[in-house]
Amino acid sequence: MFASFDFDVIRRSLGYLFLDGMTFTLTLTALSALGGIIFGTLIALMRLSGFKLLGRIAGVYVDFMRSLPLVLVIFWFYFLVPYIGQWVTGASRPVSVGAFTSALVTFIMFEAAYFSEIMRAGIQSISKGQPAAANALGLTYAQTMRYVVLPQAFRNMLPVLLTQTIVLFQDTSLVYVLSMPDFLGAASKVAQRDGRLVEMYLFAAVVYFTISCAASFAVRRLQARISIVR
Amino acid sequence: MNYNWNWSIFFEPAPGGTGTYLNMLLSGLWLTIQTGVFAWIIALVFGSVIGVLRTLPSKTAYWIGFAYVEFFRNMPLLVQLFLWFFVLPELLPRSWGLWLKQMPYAPFYTAAIGIGLFMSARVAVQLAAGIASLPRGQKQAATALGLTTFQAYRYILLPIAFRIIMPPLTSEFLNTIKNTAVAITIGLIELTGQARSMQEFSFQVFEAFTAATVMYLLINIVVVTGMRFLERSLAIPGYITGK
Repeated sequence: MFASFDFDVIRRSLGYLFLDGMTFTLTLTALSALGGIIFGTLIALMRLSGFKLLGRIAGVYVDFMRSLPLVLVIFWFYFLVPYIGQWVTGASRPVSVGAFTSALVTFIMFEAAYFSEIMRAGIQSISKGQPAAANALGLTYAQTMRYVVLPQAFRNMLPVLLTQTIVLFQDTSLVYVLSMPDFLGAASKVAQRDGRLVEMYLFAAVVYFTISCAASFAVRRLQARISIVR
Repeated sequence: MNYNWNWSIFFEPAPGGTGTYLNMLLSGLWLTIQTGVFAWIIALVFGSVIGVLRTLPSKTAYWIGFAYVEFFRNMPLLVQLFLWFFVLPELLPRSWGLWLKQMPYAPFYTAAIGIGLFMSARVAVQLAAGIASLPRGQKQAATALGLTTFQAYRYILLPIAFRIIMPPLTSEFLNTIKNTAVAITIGLIELTGQARSMQEFSFQVFEAFTAATVMYLLINIVVVTGMRFLERSLAIPGYITGK
């Protein structure tokens, strides 16, 4: 079964796969997670702010994003981002943005909906006495959130946020639909150039599996450590 | 925004001679629903078996369930579909591989089975958690009454556990339907695929994607409403949502 395998094709393309492809994937994952968590926290704060309208807007945004397939959202933003760019910069024609920027905007906007639900649960897990005490000490709303509620919410939810980031890492492979050079895209380009689909896709599967497994193992360790402290 | 809106595009004939662009999108919608339902059945069947394995007292059963879940959860769905679609036929004996490649509707079956197995790992986790959430007395009472392990699961544990995990199962079903869009990469022209080809033929990007978006939202509303109804009619008196 493995007799006709050409493992050399993997060795020959290692540089391209990891230096180009995996770097793209990991950068996209890290920046999207960062942006998604920041945006998601803002959305969660909007939902819990007590202003009906703000809460409603945030709720509709989250429900809307969560009922669409990521692939469709990727297409949406791919065509929409140039127009948004035009609108923001006031240019006369749609601005052409790079593949990476387009993907980054997509993932931040999409994942923010998921991260916001996690942060919302985190904020709600803080007992009511804490903001009340902060209020009694004379802290403003912003200070209460900044120094009392968010640090604890963030810490409680860290394992869940990281698990969602692992999901995000796997989801970035979907930029394949725009033929972007992420890890899977790079593997697929080599596979098609050399006619070595079997080797390249198996290798890609092993790499994704190893990274995700190692990461979720690390998250589990972290979770155990955090739960001992508390 | 200097974009030429043309909402009447849906009623113009699409290339291919099968009707209007709207017909095209609707056929995509139908394929999305078919793939989603087929995948969901597979996910439920395999997920139930694996979920039960994870709760049995046997160490071996637990490890099988654990390995299964980790295998399907730690690879992107896209990579899994590629493995089923491109790699599997090459690894099988030549005649089997040839049969697989020449099978009609290969993208549909690959997508349904691939997405089904991918989702089954998630169903298994939910079900195992549901069974674990039952009071220990349930299992003990079943054993005391002389039920075998199989009977205890069949008549006591599973009927209650499934009703408890109804809300997370609803969102997993929705995820299954959403995930069918990934099958666009193996040539399944479902709703997202049809919207994409409508965009390529007509250049009306935003109309095409808006229509697809509305259809996905409709699917969501229908599924959520249906499941609410099912949940209410299956609620166990005395349990969370029961009367």
